[in-house]
Amino acid sequence: MTTESPGAGFATGVAVSPDTVSQEWVARLRRSGPERDAAVAELHSLLLRTARFEIGRRRAAFSQLHGADLDDLAWQSADDALMSILRRLCDFRGESRFTTWACKFALVEAGVKVRRHAWGGREILLDPQRWPVVADTAPGPHQHVEARDLLGALREEVEGLTERQREVFVAIALNDVPIDVLAERLNTTRGALYKALHDARRKLRTALAARGLGIALGEQP
Amino acid sequence: MTENVPYDARGLADHLLGPAGPELSCEECFDVLDVYVERELADEQAGAAMPAMHAHLAGCSACRDDHDSLLAFLRNGFGA
Repeated sequence: MTTESPGAGFATGVAVSPDTVSQEWVARLRRSGPERDAAVAELHSLLLRTARFEIGRRRAAFSQLHGADLDDLAWQSADDALMSILRRLCDFRGESRFTTWACKFALVEAGVKVRRHAWGGREILLDPQRWPVVADTAPGPHQHVEARDLLGALREEVEGLTERQREVFVAIALNDVPIDVLAERLNTTRGALYKALHDARRKLRTALAARGLGIALGEQP
Repeated sequence: MTENVPYDARGLADHLLGPAGPELSCEECFDVLDVYVERELADEQAGAAMPAMHAHLAGCSACRDDHDSLLAFLRNGFGA
């Protein structure tokens, strides 16, 4: 699935030295005593600001969330992000600013919490009970037929997937269920689900290309 | 997905089938997200330099959300 190494591998392969401010952050967090306590408090403040930004950004999409719930989610996100950062401090390679590296933890924590909260109690369909139909707004009959044929072939080929691949494809690709929400419901990881989705998509792409539907195969791993 | 999908077969295929080429996993995407976004902000052709990351963001809506959030956060000057 992977063809490029993350991090330094994509750049030049040459070791990168963190900028001075980032080096200072890491050094303060590695010390002990009041200086470390101050750095941890400063970092938590940044993470809380980050989580509040993220939750505020998604608020419009999740109107069922209210003020106290939202700020509680922000605090939980900042706390969880701080723990992850302190545990993974040795993973910081200095290829970005330390604050950028740290903020991504809070943003992702907040995003996951908001999505799970918003989907709490909602039914997730794993079978294609309602298959999409092509809108009749096409400018000409050719485009409509092409899209309809593609959907029809896809509907047939989905039956050839494994049960897990079909469930994951239907939920994520067809019904737009967030992958982390589905991972929680199915008691698995986001990575495992994306691998299943990737395999399902590759199998469908190959099958549709074999039908002459003009689907690009791409480079196979 | 809504019941009525666009008539554009290629757009539909891209949405449902994701990227055709190799891509990172979600974990690998998280590992380099900060580097990728800083490259984007510096106009350093991040997508061309990291095509497998670019492909993953096209195929994974949750990682794309995380990417968009970090980009927006830094663009608004909150990351300093």
